[in-house]
Amino acid sequence: MKSDFINTLALTGELAVITTILLLIVGLPIAYGLSYSRRRIKAVFEALICMPLVLPPTVLGYYLLVAFSPQNAFGAFLEKYFDTRLAFTFEGIVIASIIAGLPFMIQPLQNGFTALPESYREAAYTLGKSKFETFYRVLLPNIKPSVITGIALTFAHSIGEFGIVLMVGGNIPGETRIASIAIYDQVQALNYKAANQYSGILFIISFALLTLIYSINKNFRLRMN
Amino acid sequence: MIHIHVERKLMSADGVKILTIETRIPENQLICITGHSGAGKTTMLRMIAGLTRPDKGIIQIGETTVFDSFQKINLPPQKRNIGFMFQDYALFPNMTVEENIAFAQSREKDKDWINMLMETFGLKALRKQKPDKLSGGQKQRVALARALARKANILLLDEPLSAVDRKMRTELQDEILKTHQLFGSTILLVSHDEDEINKMASYIFPMDGEKSELKKV
Repeated sequence: MKSDFINTLALTGELAVITTILLLIVGLPIAYGLSYSRRRIKAVFEALICMPLVLPPTVLGYYLLVAFSPQNAFGAFLEKYFDTRLAFTFEGIVIASIIAGLPFMIQPLQNGFTALPESYREAAYTLGKSKFETFYRVLLPNIKPSVITGIALTFAHSIGEFGIVLMVGGNIPGETRIASIAIYDQVQALNYKAANQYSGILFIISFALLTLIYSINKNFRLRMN
Repeated sequence: MIHIHVERKLMSADGVKILTIETRIPENQLICITGHSGAGKTTMLRMIAGLTRPDKGIIQIGETTVFDSFQKINLPPQKRNIGFMFQDYALFPNMTVEENIAFAQSREKDKDWINMLMETFGLKALRKQKPDKLSGGQKQRVALARALARKANILLLDEPLSAVDRKMRTELQDEILKTHQLFGSTILLVSHDEDEINKMASYIFPMDGEKSELKKV
């Protein structure tokens, strides 16, 4: 029981860490692009990114499961050319978790970029700096609270992921069983003691992360004023 | 010499209007651009800097054509070698005074030049301060020093003295005049203040009428 408990928590942490790192790498250029784009199609991308906020996770999970199935084009392509299966695997739940976490990373980053005065970017350009140098030396350092908020929210959300992971990954110990699924499983088995332990840990981590976000943002606001 | 002959659609309180600018600005002069709000003063500076695209026309800075709608030339701001001072100064909050000024230079930093600029604008004691600790006048001096740090031939100053009190205003006017005398650059300055124009400008460019013409003061 004990090693099962530790394994599940370790897997949950691993999923959250990988999801957060990958989402930060993917999210920064997307948020930057959306913040400064004036194209009409931007609204479509923004809506797509926010879909996980309003859509039941089971709907997203269902579509992903269908896409990952080796009987369908995408799943068959992965199996044939990369010898990879995503349904009911850890890699599969990482992808599902990234898609479900998109709004939690991209929205804070996008808000951070759009809150910066346009003149920062323009000043850097008139000082001869490329778009990339402007991005990492001027824009990124000045949206630090947004980056921290994005990381903490994504991490906290990934730790608590349930519906989409259950749909895509099932409940395989050591492979796809993460803490939130284990809680459900333990309650089904009337094992309230284990459910209580998992729940307590998830509660503490989420609470600590949110407290961290609020205190960092408060400090930053104080410094700016 | 800056040769500018452009058209640009402007949205104003009275609806859409077409801004037409046609003039030749001589080198090493201090030109004050005047006009009511919405006349297109800032747009003119932004078009020269490459931050706003004219609908059609041509802009030449010296021998270089930086914009030509017919030949589809539009050099980005990075390649125009101008210094631009924004109304809000646009100092980067993550950098100190010294870092803000040094940022304007390429990888090989000319430390002597940076030190000279800080000396000239009385910023030596503030070199390690972040912009949020500076007063309005100090911010302005940093912005001016930063605009000069790239050794640009043309300085575009968008209402640089609008946010400071009378005393500070006089001091900063002197700073700008000193800059002009020391570095010999062409300065285009947006201003509403008649005293300021009389004190500083060698030419004025009023943008109120149908057709704007450069006038010697």
